[in-house]
Amino acid sequence: MSTAASTEAHRPAQGDGSTRAADHAVPAGPDGAPIVELGVPVVGGAYGRSSSGTSGLELSEADRSERFAQMRAGELGSLHSWELVTAVDGPGTRLTTFLSGCPLQCLYCHNPDTMEMRRGEPVTAEELLTRIARYRSIFQVTGGGITISGGEPLMQPAFVGRILRGAKEMGIHTAVDTSGYLGAHCTDAMLDDIDLVLLDVKSGIPETYRRVTGRELEPTLEFGRRLAARGTEIWVRFVLVPGLTDAPENVDAVADYVASLSTVSRVEVLPFHQMGQDKWASLGLRYELEDTPAPTPELVERVREQFRSRGLTVH
Amino acid sequence: MAITTEAGTTVTPHGPTPAWRGFVSGPWQDHVDVRDFIQRNYTPYAGDAEFLAGATARTTAIWQQLADMFPEERAKGIYDVDANTPSSITAHAPGYIDKDNELIVGLQTDAPLKRAIMPYGGWRMVENALTTYGYEADEQVKRIFTEYRKTHNAGVFDVYPPDVRAARSSHLITGLPDAYGRGRIIGDYRRVALYGVDALVEAKKLERAELDMERSTEDVIREREEIAEQIRALGELKRMAASYGFDISLPAADAREAVQWLYFAYLGAVKEQNGAAMSLGRTSTFLDVYLERDIAAGVLTEERAQELIDDFVIKLRIVRFLRTPEYDALFSGDPTWVTESLGGVGEDGRPLVTRTSFRYLQTLYNLGPAPEPNLTVLWSHKLPDGFKRFCAQVSIDTSAIQYESDELIRPAWGDDAAIACCVSAMRVGKQMQFFGARVNLAKALLYSINGGRDEVSGKQIGPVTMPLQGEVLDYDEVSAAYDTLLEWLAQTYVDALNCIHWSHDKYAYERLEMALHDRAVLRTLACGIAGLSVAADSLSAIKYATVRPVRDETGLVVDYTVEGEYPTFGNDDDRVDAIAVELVRSFMDKIRQQPTYRNALHTQSVLTITSNVVYGKHTGNTPDGRRTGEPFAPGANPMNGRDTHGMLASALSVAKLPYEDSMDGISLTSTVVPSGLGRDRPEQITNLVGLLDGYNVSHGFHVNINVLNRETLEDAMEHPENYPQLTIRVSGYAVNFVRLTREQQLDVLSRTFHGGL
Repeated sequence: MSTAASTEAHRPAQGDGSTRAADHAVPAGPDGAPIVELGVPVVGGAYGRSSSGTSGLELSEADRSERFAQMRAGELGSLHSWELVTAVDGPGTRLTTFLSGCPLQCLYCHNPDTMEMRRGEPVTAEELLTRIARYRSIFQVTGGGITISGGEPLMQPAFVGRILRGAKEMGIHTAVDTSGYLGAHCTDAMLDDIDLVLLDVKSGIPETYRRVTGRELEPTLEFGRRLAARGTEIWVRFVLVPGLTDAPENVDAVADYVASLSTVSRVEVLPFHQMGQDKWASLGLRYELEDTPAPTPELVERVREQFRSRGLTVH
Repeated sequence: MAITTEAGTTVTPHGPTPAWRGFVSGPWQDHVDVRDFIQRNYTPYAGDAEFLAGATARTTAIWQQLADMFPEERAKGIYDVDANTPSSITAHAPGYIDKDNELIVGLQTDAPLKRAIMPYGGWRMVENALTTYGYEADEQVKRIFTEYRKTHNAGVFDVYPPDVRAARSSHLITGLPDAYGRGRIIGDYRRVALYGVDALVEAKKLERAELDMERSTEDVIREREEIAEQIRALGELKRMAASYGFDISLPAADAREAVQWLYFAYLGAVKEQNGAAMSLGRTSTFLDVYLERDIAAGVLTEERAQELIDDFVIKLRIVRFLRTPEYDALFSGDPTWVTESLGGVGEDGRPLVTRTSFRYLQTLYNLGPAPEPNLTVLWSHKLPDGFKRFCAQVSIDTSAIQYESDELIRPAWGDDAAIACCVSAMRVGKQMQFFGARVNLAKALLYSINGGRDEVSGKQIGPVTMPLQGEVLDYDEVSAAYDTLLEWLAQTYVDALNCIHWSHDKYAYERLEMALHDRAVLRTLACGIAGLSVAADSLSAIKYATVRPVRDETGLVVDYTVEGEYPTFGNDDDRVDAIAVELVRSFMDKIRQQPTYRNALHTQSVLTITSNVVYGKHTGNTPDGRRTGEPFAPGANPMNGRDTHGMLASALSVAKLPYEDSMDGISLTSTVVPSGLGRDRPEQITNLVGLLDGYNVSHGFHVNINVLNRETLEDAMEHPENYPQLTIRVSGYAVNFVRLTREQQLDVLSRTFHGGL
C-alpha cells in the first residue's frame, strides 16, 4: 500500500521512489519515510469494538485480494471509528475519522486498539466521502471540517489523499492528526489539500522519543520543517507524561523546535491520563505506565510556561 | 401608582388612551391583537450583553429572604400550606415577601412559599398531599368536594371505558392528567397590560353576542357558559389586583405597571389552576416596548429596568403547587414549567430579540441559576450573533436554558408562538392544547410479542392475538404484530384523552387562562410517546442481530437473548434511525384516525420529562438487552451509552424524527463539560453557538444543554444514578464519567478545572 503516492488517483506521483512497494517493514531510504508493514483489515472476528466504531458506514464486502488492490489505489481504507467532535481536533465541529494502524508504539497510547491496521474495518473512500458530504452544512455553520486521525493516517496515504481531495472539492476544511513519523508519505499534492496539521511532537530529544515511541525523532522534525516551509498551518500537541516526557530539557528541546516553525498557531499540552489503561489489558498488550501519575497542575503549568516563554500560544 | 378609573368610564378598543402614548398605532388598537402591537412597536437589539446591569442591594435582599426559607422547604417537602381554603383568584388575602421593598407584588396565598389547595382537579390528591406533609384536611372542605361538588378526577372515572382502565393500570398509558390539572394552557397575559381588564371584558361580551345569535345546540351552550365564566374570572382578577392596591381596569401606563399587570394576570391563573405546566408565554419583547419607552423618556434607568425584571422573575421562581408523591415520582423536582420563550425571528425576518430578552437571561446571574422560570430560547441560526453568544455563555455558566428551533416553530405556528411546558409550541392566545401525557411504546412492543399480555403481570390487557412463536424473532412478524397492537393502543389512548378533557372542561375549566384567548381557539390533542429509543433499538436488534425469546412456564416471553451486533439509535446511522422515524410516523397516522373531543387537531410529542424512570420501572426486559426496571432514555434521547459518535451525531439521529408528525415537540437532552467545548471561554462560546446552529440547520427541534461545572461532576460522583449519560471527552476518545473509578473521576475533575483535557 505504501505505493499509494504513485497510484493516487487525482494527481501524479511525486517521484518518491522510497515509498513504493513493500508490505514488510524495511529501513527507510534517505529521502523517504520508514516503511511499515501494512496488514489487511479484518471484518468482525474476535475483536470487539470498545469505542465508537463505524456505525452508519457501509463496510466493503470485497475479498482479500480485491481489498489489497483497492487499498493500494486508495479506494479502501481501514477505519477504526468516526465521531463528530467539537473543540478537540481542530476548529469548530469536526468529523474525526480514526484510521487503523500506527508505526509507533507509544507507551502512553490511549487508543492502542488503533495500533494494528487489521483491527480496523474496511470502508471505501466513496462511502466515507458520502458521510463527509452529509455534514457540509454543519461544518459551514460551526467553522469546522474533517480531521483524519488514527492510528497514523499516513499509514494509508493513498486513501487519505483521496479523502482530502474529495473534501476540498466540497470546499471543506481539512486537518490531519499525525506523529509526522511517516511525513515522507505525504506528497506535496496531499499537502495542497491539507489546511491544518495537528502535529504530535512526542519528545524533543531523540533518546526520549525512542523510549516513548520505539522510533526515531528525525522524520517528525523534518516533516514539521517541510510544513512550515510551504506555509501549512500547524497545531502542535505534546503529551506530558511524568517521568517520561517531562524533563525540562526535553520540553525545552520540543519548545525550541516548535518555536522555529513559523506556521505553528497553537500548542496544546495534553496532560497524561490513565483512561486508556483498560484497552491495553483487553488487547492483551503489556502496559508499562500503570504506576505513572497524572501530571500535577503545577507541572502542567511549568511546561506550558516553557512553551509560552517562546512566544507560542499555548493551551 | 394605580390608575384611578372614573365611574362609568370603560376603555373601549376604539381610540388611543394616554397609556398608549408614543406607540405606533395599528389594528391592535381596534381589536385584541398583541402580535400586531409588538411588530409595530418593538426595537430589535443586535448588540451584545455589555449594557446589562447587575443585581441591586434591594433585589439581593429580597432574594436572600426567600433563599433562607428554601432549605426548610426542601427538608419538609413543602414550606407551609393553607389547608382550609380552596384556592380561587380571590380566595387568599394579599401576601408579600417584603412589602415595602417589592417592586412587583402578588403571591399565590397570603405568604411566600405557602401552598394552596386546589380541589377541583380531585379531592383525593389534595387529601393525600396534605397527609403526606403532615397536615390534616378540613372536614367541611372534604365534605364539599366529596358530597356536594364533583371534581375532574371523579368525572373522568365515571366515563372511562374498561380498556382505558386496563391500559392505565398496567402502565401502558401513563401520566394521564386524570388526577391532576392538565395545564399546558398559556393565557395571553400580555393582553391585561396592553388593554386593561375592562376592554377585555368588552371584547368577550362581543364574542358572547355572536354566540347569542346562534341556536342553542350543545356546542353553543357550552361556549356561552364558558364565556360567562371567563368574564366572571376577569372580574375576579380585577378584585384580586385591587386587594393589592391596583386598579387594572385600564391599560398599563408605564413599564412597572406593564410588568405588574401582566404578572397579576399570570398570578390569577396560578391561584386557580394547579396545572402540570403553567407556562408564561412570550413576554420579554412585549415588555421591552414599555421598558424602552420609559428609558427613552428618561424616567427609567437600566438598573431600574433590570430590577423590575428581577423582581418579576423572583415571583415566577416561587410559584408552588401542592402535589402528591405519585406526581413527584412522575415529574421529579417540584417543577411548575413557568416557561418563557425568548428570541426567535419574525415573519418579516427581523429578529425578535430585544434588550429585555437579555434582561430575562441576566436574572440567572443576578439571582443565580434556577430551573424556573423555564427560560427557553427559540433558536435560529439567523439570530444576531450578540444574542447567540450571550445564550451560549449563560448555558455554559448555568445549564439553565433550553433551546427550541424557531426555524420549525415559525412556519408551523407563526412568530408569536410560545412553548408550553417543555416542547409544545402554540400561538399565544389563539391556541391551546389538551395535554395527553404518553404511551409506552417499548411496553407495547412486548405486548405485541406476547399476544396482548403484560410481560410483568401476565394479565391480558390488549386484544387477544396469537403470541409470536418460534425460537428466533422474525422482524416482519414482529412488525406486523406491533402494528396491530398499536392500532388498538391509539384507539384506547385517544379514548382516554377524550374522556379526560371532556371532564376537565366540565369540572376544572381554566376560566382565566381561556379569558385571555380568542374565542376561535385552535385546540390540539397532544398525544405522546415514550420509550422510542428502546423500541427502535429492540426492532433493530430483531432485524440485524439474532434475538431469541425466553419464555416462562405459561409461555409468556419474559426475556430475550441477543446474538450479534446491531446498529443503535443515536449514531446517525440510517439503518436504525429509519426505524425510529417510521415508528413516529406510523403511530401518528394511527392517532389521526381517531375522532377527538371538540375536534381537536391531533399532535404528538416525543417527550418524557422525567417520567422515563417510572416508565422503565414498569417495563420488563426488552429485546435490545435493556433489563427489566432499567430507566428509558429521556424524551427522544438515544439509550444511555449507546450513542458513541459524539454529541452531535447523537443529536442528528434525533433530528431525523419528523416534526410534521410530532408537532407537540421532540425532546433531546445533551450534556457536555466546558472543556469539551473549547480550550478557553471565547472558544467554548463560539463552539456552543456552532453546535446549536448545526443542530438548527439539521432540523433538530429541541435540546437541553447541560454544561457541567465542577459542582455537577462532584455531585455525579456522589450520586452516579442521576448521571447515567454524563460523557466526557478525553483527548482522543470519550468515556462515560460514572463508569470511571473514583481516582479517574478525581483526575478528570482536576483536569477540567486546571486546564484542558
